[in-house]
Amino acid sequence: MTESIALLTIFVLAAFVGVEVISKVSATLHTPLMSGANAIHGVILVGAIIVTGQAESTLVVVVGLLAVVLATVNMVGGFVVTDRMLEMFRGPGGRKKELNK
Amino acid sequence: MIATWAQIGYLVAAVCFIVALKGLSSPKTARTGNALGAAGAVLAVVITFIAYKPDNLVAILIALLIGTVGGVVGSRRVQMTHMPQLVALFNGVGGGAAALVALMELGEVHDGETVAAIATAFTILVGAISFSGSIVTFAKLQELMTTRPVTFPGLPVLFVAGLLGGVAVSAWLVSEPRVWVGVLLCLLGLAVGVMLVLPVGGADVPIVISLLNAFTGLTVAAGGYVLGNTLLLVAGTLVGAAGTLLTKLMADAMGRSVFNILFGAVRGGSTLGGGTASERPVISGSAEDVAILLGYAQRVIIVPGYGLAVAQAQHTLRDLVEELQGRGVKVDYAIHPVAGRMPGHMNVLLAEAQVPYEQLREMDEINGDFKSTDVVLVVGANDVVNPAARTTPSAPIYGMPILNADEAQRVIFLKRSMRPGFAGIENELLYDPRTTLLFGDARESLAKLLASVKTV
Repeated sequence: MTESIALLTIFVLAAFVGVEVISKVSATLHTPLMSGANAIHGVILVGAIIVTGQAESTLVVVVGLLAVVLATVNMVGGFVVTDRMLEMFRGPGGRKKELNK
Repeated sequence: MIATWAQIGYLVAAVCFIVALKGLSSPKTARTGNALGAAGAVLAVVITFIAYKPDNLVAILIALLIGTVGGVVGSRRVQMTHMPQLVALFNGVGGGAAALVALMELGEVHDGETVAAIATAFTILVGAISFSGSIVTFAKLQELMTTRPVTFPGLPVLFVAGLLGGVAVSAWLVSEPRVWVGVLLCLLGLAVGVMLVLPVGGADVPIVISLLNAFTGLTVAAGGYVLGNTLLLVAGTLVGAAGTLLTKLMADAMGRSVFNILFGAVRGGSTLGGGTASERPVISGSAEDVAILLGYAQRVIIVPGYGLAVAQAQHTLRDLVEELQGRGVKVDYAIHPVAGRMPGHMNVLLAEAQVPYEQLREMDEINGDFKSTDVVLVVGANDVVNPAARTTPSAPIYGMPILNADEAQRVIFLKRSMRPGFAGIENELLYDPRTTLLFGDARESLAKLLASVKTV
């Protein structure tokens, strides 16, 4: 039971942190922030690896591997796409690159 | 129980995620923040491999490789204009992965572990909703299906029935943690997800993506509870909480409540736009006419929209603005918070064309200037200047703050056709005697305008 309470405590505290860290976000960054948060929940990959690594029946392994692929796409794609968006926000230096093309 | 060092490593990864989210909320630190988040993710995966020593290692690594290649190729290839649907897709697969993990864990849940069983049921149901809902959002944004709200008479009843059924089957699953009950719950979740998103109109879809993103976060948190993994718990909860707040901020920017966005169409049916144009006369002009208006103006405001980005006309627009500025015209871009297909999307698209920041003005900042503006040039935008948001309570965009383009001396619309915008409603401003329409592809029209302005 103590462990359940500890997990519950972590849950509640994390919820407050989540609200607190983005409370002052500017509208300009809504899209990259959404995409970045999206990438972070791709950490379900950790769960997918653990479960697949313990699986015994072939069916469960197959489902687990599917979960690994999906979670990886979510995580890797999420971070890369966010980076691409943020890359656009560079200052005047970005102009040079375009002129050189 | 895994080793202490691994637990501490997970803690470090969790801190990375918190700092990453914090960094993403300010333009200066956003890119570093995102990189830190990615580093945290890599750390978490490496720790998992070492601490859990998973069986089927080679297969898992291959799956990891396939996912990485898929994610990188998908996100490198996509055009900036298609960014929102890609985010929706990534969110969907994340929700799907969470549901699958919970399904597999069902075999491990034993009678009497009530809280774990509840968390498992929650992950399956909400993960499935997030998956199918995101796929429908993707289809809408990709225009694989209509972007207008889709409803049918029995939808509200069916939706509520699906939801109640989901709760009932969840309860069943808690008392009897069998895999086939989990599969049934999963199917119900998929159906509910589809019914949740179908009635949402195109312009509101991004807010639903954000909401589903928060859902996926919560399923990951619940998954973390089931697995007793604190990292999943913290990361999922962070995203769930931050996503919920972000959803509310976005809805506020549109002057709507989240409830109204989700269920507006189901409740009233009034939010269905006509989707067609009426036969009333409009004034259309040639590029030369419009060039004269622009060339002799003292103050011009540009209202860029999604149509601009689709036509890849940002660079030509920037050249036109530079030409006008060279002639002494004061020019600004007016950016509506929901211009583009997602809040902040237009800033990304204009940044891609290296439009200087200083010229991008937020709605609140520039709205007072329209009265003293000679010409407003609306390029590929429609809904964000539609006065119906102020005057027509039945319009789907009613209550959304708009750019006051109708207060300017003259309005020029660059449009492909008279087809209504994303929200599917007519724009009265198009029929105003002060409005001139220049029909055609935005890129061609702007190129012609640029050439004509040079000769004025």
